[in-house]
Amino acid sequence: MSTDRRLYFIRAMYEGLRDAMREDKTVVVIGEDVDRSIIGATRGLIEEFGPERVRNTPISEATFVGACIGASAAGLRPVVDLMVGSFFYVAMDQVANQAAKLPYMSGGQVSLPIVYFTATGPSGSAAAQHSENPHPMLMNVAGLKIVMPSSPCDAKGLMISAIRDPNPVIYLQDAVLGGTRGPVPEEPYSIPIGEAEVKREGEDVTVVAIGALVNRALKVAGEMERDGISVEVVDPRTLVPMDKKTILDSVRKTGRLVVCDNARMTCSAASEIAAFVSEEAFDSLKTAPRRVAWEDVPVPFSPVLEKRVLVDEEKIRAAVESTLATRTRA
Amino acid sequence: MLRLMLRIRRFEEKLAELFKRGKLPGFVHLYIGEEAVAVGACSALREDDRITSTHRGHGHVIAKGADVSRMMAELLGKEAGYCRGKGGSMHTVDFSLGIMGTNGIVGGGIPIAVGSAWGDRQLGRDTVTVSFFGDGASNQGVFFEGMNLAAIWKLPVIFLCENNGYTEWTPTEKLTAGRISDRGVPFGIPSVQVDGNDVISVHEAVSEAVGRARAGEGPSLIEARTYRWHGHNEGEEAFSGPYRPEEEIEEWKGKDPITTFAARLVEQGVFAREEIERVDAEEKERIEDAVRFAVESAYPDPEEALMHLFYDERPRLQQEVNR
Repeated sequence: MSTDRRLYFIRAMYEGLRDAMREDKTVVVIGEDVDRSIIGATRGLIEEFGPERVRNTPISEATFVGACIGASAAGLRPVVDLMVGSFFYVAMDQVANQAAKLPYMSGGQVSLPIVYFTATGPSGSAAAQHSENPHPMLMNVAGLKIVMPSSPCDAKGLMISAIRDPNPVIYLQDAVLGGTRGPVPEEPYSIPIGEAEVKREGEDVTVVAIGALVNRALKVAGEMERDGISVEVVDPRTLVPMDKKTILDSVRKTGRLVVCDNARMTCSAASEIAAFVSEEAFDSLKTAPRRVAWEDVPVPFSPVLEKRVLVDEEKIRAAVESTLATRTRA
Repeated sequence: MLRLMLRIRRFEEKLAELFKRGKLPGFVHLYIGEEAVAVGACSALREDDRITSTHRGHGHVIAKGADVSRMMAELLGKEAGYCRGKGGSMHTVDFSLGIMGTNGIVGGGIPIAVGSAWGDRQLGRDTVTVSFFGDGASNQGVFFEGMNLAAIWKLPVIFLCENNGYTEWTPTEKLTAGRISDRGVPFGIPSVQVDGNDVISVHEAVSEAVGRARAGEGPSLIEARTYRWHGHNEGEEAFSGPYRPEEEIEEWKGKDPITTFAARLVEQGVFAREEIERVDAEEKERIEDAVRFAVESAYPDPEEALMHLFYDERPRLQQEVNR
């Protein structure tokens, strides 16, 4: 999929939504102020599809998140803009007890094709209630697919896949990526859910990075190349179901693993990835896997405090160096 | 209607017996005494209308047309159950009958019902969704949020509150301010309170609400006053102690929705007493058959625990169960 057309991430999401709505009349978009769209992904949809298919909801996350369960059982394909990742917590009963579990509890009777998407993660002094990444908690729920694209191209393709999927899919858009640009093909296309991508090939260390940290890891990898260190960067793109094979293949090649996650360390996606690699590719590891994730505190407001807690390029670089400095096993 | 009320009563009595004998896995909330609400409401619905139900949901599900044999099999954790043994009492589902599930979370079904009504409306159908919930759920945020959304979008949903006088083990009036039926008024939702032990009153109120909903006039709220004869859950004596006056229980038993309705039918000459006894005997036999079916059914293969997490990744389809 080569193209010269460069698009903002947020417009790539918009195109995914638009193409899926053109493809299937049952696709509807709801959420708070989706007509004018504060974050931007739904801006312009109402002009093309009208207020029946692009609906503003009251600020009642639990109810509109839950309403999508009934609506999808009735035959719609609802796409929900939650606006901010932390707002998942407001709707947690409907997300975790209802949407995620009804297909399973019913013995596979029902398909719930719902997409819950939101901007998420730290965006710069947004403080504790607007900087969360809820994916670690959601990964543990069982019954939710979770995607987290890192490039505009993936953003569009994964949006289309998420809407076509017959299951509830959580689509997390790292807030700082909204204004990044990259090549995006014009025509509708899909990126399969459950497929990781090697974003940069390398020989010495595997860095698995998620969401906005992919670009940071790529930057570190570029800098380290000048020091003669070859870093492979793998982007899972989907967190549930996880493409373990691509990650394991990479670690088996390099023998070293650093996992970068925009979430608190405890029970993070980084922890899960480090754990399954340790279990399944222990013999290939030359040194212990390293996790680069947030300190286990809420995200503070002041820039200096925030920097102390979050992941940046320095921390990624230090982790990569530490895997190289460790004496290798014979 | 009388037959369905008797079916529910006999089904629930059988569950109480099975529970006492330790034959029922998990825990169970019985509907005895409230049968007129489920039957009065569901008799006003079409097969393609939908319901969401509660933890005390067997009555709703039976009234909506569910097969008691498959329900019994589900309650015993068997493969022939509605959910192949994955759901149990609080997660019984049959989408082909519009039963979107009993629900283990108080109030959990309300947003789902609102959404079901939205989906139907948007897809141009005239179907209606009834959300059954209890007095306890009337204090959940989603009740107010759901009424608001249903009112602004004029959705064909009926909020049907079964007020059985107790929120778990506490009298409702100690936990719930004002009248529940008044709570629809600020949203502009037509709201009434009815005698939930009178199947005809419930039927009439729901029929009226259904008429409005089908005509595109939006939601309604109905509070049905009733009483549960059994505890919040079976076996509660072990920890709850007595919390309801004996006289109160006896008084409500005197208002039994089944015997009063049967007496009325006999009095008006609709049925002879013997006919009613025959219907009851048939329903008792049906429940015995259901138990036999459920007991003889196989348990699911333990590997099935790993299936059905995602809809498109299931090796076996529900059609196999339906046949």
